[in-house]
Amino acid sequence: MTKADIIERVYEMVGGFSKKEAAEIVETVFQIMKQTLAENEKIKISGFGNFVVRRKNERMGRNPQTGQPIVIAQRCVLNFKPSQVLKNCLNPGKP
Amino acid sequence: MTKSELIDSVASQANITKSRSEQVVNCIFDSMTDALGKGEGIEIRGFGSFTVRQYRPYNGRNPRTGEPVNVDSKRLPFFKVGKDLKEMVNGGPEHTPGEGETGDKD
Repeated sequence: MTKADIIERVYEMVGGFSKKEAAEIVETVFQIMKQTLAENEKIKISGFGNFVVRRKNERMGRNPQTGQPIVIAQRCVLNFKPSQVLKNCLNPGKP
Repeated sequence: MTKSELIDSVASQANITKSRSEQVVNCIFDSMTDALGKGEGIEIRGFGSFTVRQYRPYNGRNPRTGEPVNVDSKRLPFFKVGKDLKEMVNGGPEHTPGEGETGDKD
């Protein structure tokens, strides 16, 4: 599934938008989410999951190819934690 | 930001009613859930991709009681952040190594 498929679904399921409008609105949704995460604010979508920005401290690592030690700088990473509802959808018929 | 805050934000930026915005946002996450339920991956350019990973059954333990428990095989969604968003979250491209640095070989 790509963004184009999502746009198509929105166009079909939510009446009253042209394809172009549907595309713009879907684009807006992802833009807002990106902007929010860029500000390191988490996003909680009930029934789907949470997107959380986590800060990682500087640590020592190794270049796996050469074995050379290198410093891995302090950085921020994005984690997705799926909701129980989503997990259940992926495992139908299980308790 | 919660889903309802996202809905409000979309409504004001796209200049549509909140109820329309709610339908769109719900439709997006519902179709993503459907795709993942079918074992299908999702790719959103500039945002990231979701894939379904199959996990084998294993013998685990209840961490509180130490009691052994059998964990069934399961499928879990896995999110991989896109390059764009990764850089945005990390405060811009200047904080990540350039292509020359990562591509270097002896």
